Amino acid sequence: MTRLEATFARCREARRAALVTYVMGGDPDVKGSARLALACVEGGADLLEIGVPFSDPIADGPTIQLAAGRALRHGTTPRDCLAVVRAVRRRSQVPVALMGYLNPILAADPATFFPEAAEAGVDALIVPDLLPEEAGELTALATRHGLAMVFLLAPTSTPARVAAAAAAATGFVYFVSVTGVTGARATLPTDLGEKVAAVRAQSRVPVVIGFGVSTPAQARALGGLADGVVVGSAIVSRAAAPGPLPRRAAAVRAFVASLAKALRR
Amino acid sequence: MTQPTLPDARGRFGAYGGRFVPETLVPALDELEAAWRAARADPAFEAELRELLVRFAGRETPLGEARRMSAEVGGCRVLLKREDLCHTGAHKVNNTLGQVLLARRMGKTRIIAETGAGQHGVATATAAALFGLPCDVYMGALDVERQALNVFRMELLGARVIPVQAGSRTLKDAMNEALRDWVTNVGHTHYIIGSVAGPHPYPALVRDFQSVIGAEARVQCLEVAGRLPDAVVACVGGGSNAMGLFAGFMGDPAVRLVGVEAAGHGLATGRHGAALARGTPGVLHGSRSYVLQDAHGQITEAHSISAGLDYPGVGPELSYLKDTGRLELLQATDDEALAALQYLATTEGIIPALETAHAVHGARRLARELGPGGLLILNVSGRGDKDVDTVRKALAAGQARPKAKAKARARQAVRRRPRRRAARATRLAGRTS
Repeated sequence: MTRLEATFARCREARRAALVTYVMGGDPDVKGSARLALACVEGGADLLEIGVPFSDPIADGPTIQLAAGRALRHGTTPRDCLAVVRAVRRRSQVPVALMGYLNPILAADPATFFPEAAEAGVDALIVPDLLPEEAGELTALATRHGLAMVFLLAPTSTPARVAAAAAAATGFVYFVSVTGVTGARATLPTDLGEKVAAVRAQSRVPVVIGFGVSTPAQARALGGLADGVVVGSAIVSRAAAPGPLPRRAAAVRAFVASLAKALRR
Repeated sequence: MTQPTLPDARGRFGAYGGRFVPETLVPALDELEAAWRAARADPAFEAELRELLVRFAGRETPLGEARRMSAEVGGCRVLLKREDLCHTGAHKVNNTLGQVLLARRMGKTRIIAETGAGQHGVATATAAALFGLPCDVYMGALDVERQALNVFRMELLGARVIPVQAGSRTLKDAMNEALRDWVTNVGHTHYIIGSVAGPHPYPALVRDFQSVIGAEARVQCLEVAGRLPDAVVACVGGGSNAMGLFAGFMGDPAVRLVGVEAAGHGLATGRHGAALARGTPGVLHGSRSYVLQDAHGQITEAHSISAGLDYPGVGPELSYLKDTGRLELLQATDDEALAALQYLATTEGIIPALETAHAVHGARRLARELGPGGLLILNVSGRGDKDVDTVRKALAAGQARPKAKAKARARQAVRRRPRRRAARATRLAGRTS
């Protein structure tokens, strides 16, 4: 059983959704982002997403755009993000997904980058601008190195596309809760339950919901609908608040703990 | 004219093109592709677009004779495809009218667009006003400053101009923000991309709407010159005016397709917009194409005095044409473009857009190479009114020769031309790729 499968199985046994948390690799620096990621683990995160910064993140709202900008100002590369994962792995066996846009991954040369990523302890790749129909070769390469390839589905996805993504996905499927970019939302769509149920009915792998989730109450509401809930921008904004890193890490840990508690119902 | 055979069903031009976008947009892209295919097969759509192009946009545009330029370059006949005479002052309206009709066909009630120089923004605002649709235009904050006149024009047309502060604050960032808006409002909003870039079907769809340029030019050239041109020349930023012109001659292998990219401060400085000449294949704004990027796949900032060419990417079909050897590339620096703008103004009485001025520079070199008996078509993609302030400031800052000197030089060149031509032709031969 892979780390991912074991984690989702454990959460299912506990009859709760997995808590998936996001931090940007290289923000404020490699060591700092590893520390923030570990703060998430200490707070009770079940699965970590480490962002790989890109200059033109078209699926991201202002919070993650700014985080990517900070990480890039001191030249964070995809391989630096692997250093973040290695630092996490020294302390934790929590599954890790790298989340980043296609161009830096292509530039890193997947044929060498994927085995390095697997070796560093990466379990999955989430590439928001890579559709299943364009992903054939990369998925095959990822699979060869034991990396899951996660595809995103959206409220606009047609039944045919839901079927295609569910068939192509390994690891888990990422359901985008809102038509829009990443970032906190005051309210989430009311028909989310039906849509997620339709995806889960088709998918052999767990389905997580993300985008827009920013409070324990929202996490709790969505936790009842899916196998996992992703919180990104709300963590990144705490990680980027003014003040010394230990204080920010403590704020992240406390916030993640409040999300974890909400999911335990 | 032969029907284009590319892109394939996946929107690929060889290794380029495709769809690299968030999942949320895919159904809208599928819907757009279906609407476009249905519209192309619908005589009523064709008739309505034709009517708009003729009675609203002022087509067909003339294929003018550049007599003094022809003399100055040594006898090569230069024909000017006058897209600057289109309503709104550039070729961009050919595409925005077509796409607004598609938006209406799809029942979309809101229009968004990105713009660099503001020409596409103005053309979109115009088409939206014509159909009574609300319109938001994303524009880099730097471009808002340097194209103030076009910002005001868009506002007069009832559009809202949204300055984008992110990144390099230019066209690339405007496109990012427009894509984010579209992801958010995809249900009722149509995104009018102004270039032959973006995810499939945009590169093919925009080329189709712009191919009226090449189709007209081909017929007009046969009429006035009795033969096809030796070369057709256009500036290349994203590449819509270039692909529009080239589309008419794609099936004529003897016609050279020449694109002129922005060399900015010079290719060697790294401060330029020459994605084809200096970029490498990558994925930006929804398609795979040549792009200016660093070793780690981060998109680098382009630079050009012309906001419309200040873009680190290029349309995927142009990347394909480069790789197949069908497309030849030239460049013009900021200074060369400024000089070329003044040159066309004083030689032919046409103030071209700064984007177009790059093509003027390339055409002038190419015409010297072709010599007497040569025949080329230069796409005058837009008029220069919007750039007058930029040009005035640049000249005041001493970035290029004052106008009076350029004029004198042009006159002198006409007189001295026969002696200089041979030497220039030799030099140029080494430069064309």
